[in-house]
Amino acid sequence: MSIVIVDYGAGNVRNVIKAMAYVGLSAKLTQNPTDILSADGIVIPGVGAFKSAMDQINDYQLLKPIQQAAKKGIPILGVCLGMQLLFDSSTEFGQTTGFGLIPGTVEQLPKNTPFKVPQMGWNQNNVSINNVMTSGIKDEYTYFVHSYYAKTEAKYIAASVDYGVIVPSLVIKDNIIGAQFHPEKSGDVGLRVWQAFATLVQEKVASS
Amino acid sequence: MALAKRIVPALDVKNGRVVKGINFLNLQDVGDPVEIAKAYQDAGADELVFLDISATLEGRTTMIDMIERVSSVVFMPLTAGGGVTDLNGIRQIIKAGADKVFLNSAAVKQPKLILQGAEVFGSQAIVGAIDAKWDEPAGIYRVYIAGGTKPTDLNALTWAQTMVDYGAGELLVTSMDADGTKDGYDVKLYQALNDVVKVPIVASGGAGKIQDFTEVFQDGHVDAALAASVFHYNEIAIPFLKQQLYDEGIPMRR
Repeated sequence: MSIVIVDYGAGNVRNVIKAMAYVGLSAKLTQNPTDILSADGIVIPGVGAFKSAMDQINDYQLLKPIQQAAKKGIPILGVCLGMQLLFDSSTEFGQTTGFGLIPGTVEQLPKNTPFKVPQMGWNQNNVSINNVMTSGIKDEYTYFVHSYYAKTEAKYIAASVDYGVIVPSLVIKDNIIGAQFHPEKSGDVGLRVWQAFATLVQEKVASS
Repeated sequence: MALAKRIVPALDVKNGRVVKGINFLNLQDVGDPVEIAKAYQDAGADELVFLDISATLEGRTTMIDMIERVSSVVFMPLTAGGGVTDLNGIRQIIKAGADKVFLNSAAVKQPKLILQGAEVFGSQAIVGAIDAKWDEPAGIYRVYIAGGTKPTDLNALTWAQTMVDYGAGELLVTSMDADGTKDGYDVKLYQALNDVVKVPIVASGGAGKIQDFTEVFQDGHVDAALAASVFHYNEIAIPFLKQQLYDEGIPMRR
């Protein structure tokens, strides 16, 4: 089973590698399109801003390979900003086009509410779709750090948290998965998310 | 449910070792940061703060290595700082696996360091740390630097606002009046801070009993409460504390 982490110069990918290693997953950091297309599973990490992340991905010419991998049915897990990139577009620093793998947009958390922006801390997940990815996070707290959130159809929202608005915390469309929280910083609950993703990847490998 | 309020143990680190040691949970080595961090993760701490008190360059290097080791086996938010004076120092700590770096004296001397840090790593990674002491004649909370030894001309409330303007995404504010007393947090200070800034506030100094946490969350409206000795010497067990606070209606991750 080969899992790659897409390296587009984003934030701290090493904590993602450490968490995956802790549950026995070795992941290769890559910016090579061939690696991405031949992987069994793909992780899109991300800390930072949507536009600069997309600029980097376009500079490295990684968008097409990721979209092709998605079409091939390879399980893809986007984390935090990496989750937001999966959507059609974001309003962060003007309108920016995303991967277009899940229908929806990324918008700023409403300001001038009692809720501070960014949302920074542990929030409790309400699971609305039961599956392997959400089985470990039902009613559990996970760690969030973000100022923007996804707006998408209910059928793609597998779990959400309440932050004045409903913030999708885990989204799923077929083989495309996004976690708004940081599974690599969410203790045992977060480690379960990495294990669940590994299970998905294994199932996919076994069935093909 | 709302965002959980955070319970944050703070550890003093010297030359890569936790000083004074931690006397609970049957640790084999009471000064080993990895073992201690794991024990706190298991106890349900929401975040850990590491304060580097090494005075030497070698001590700093050891702390970077310590963060690297802790973040390889402990998966929770980690904040570190103490003696950070430049962007490279911030970078090293984040690269090693910390999520946030706090800036104290260096920010007073060079406020642009906050801006530089926030531009490169995002505001969420830069914590403005303030040591404040009530100055009765002046009628202000005065900012102290150099580990609380040196008074400045700064008013803590104004300085808090300035740090946020420069891009600090969170404030870690220690009341020097309350620190070490175990008589409770300086609730008034946090109320005043909440009136001037919108970023999360971590209260520090004065924790002695469970009621102190209740008050600083309910009346001080802070987002997180930091404490050291009450946790290190198991005067307050974190799972029990969190259950009590939850029963008081304070949102807690349990």
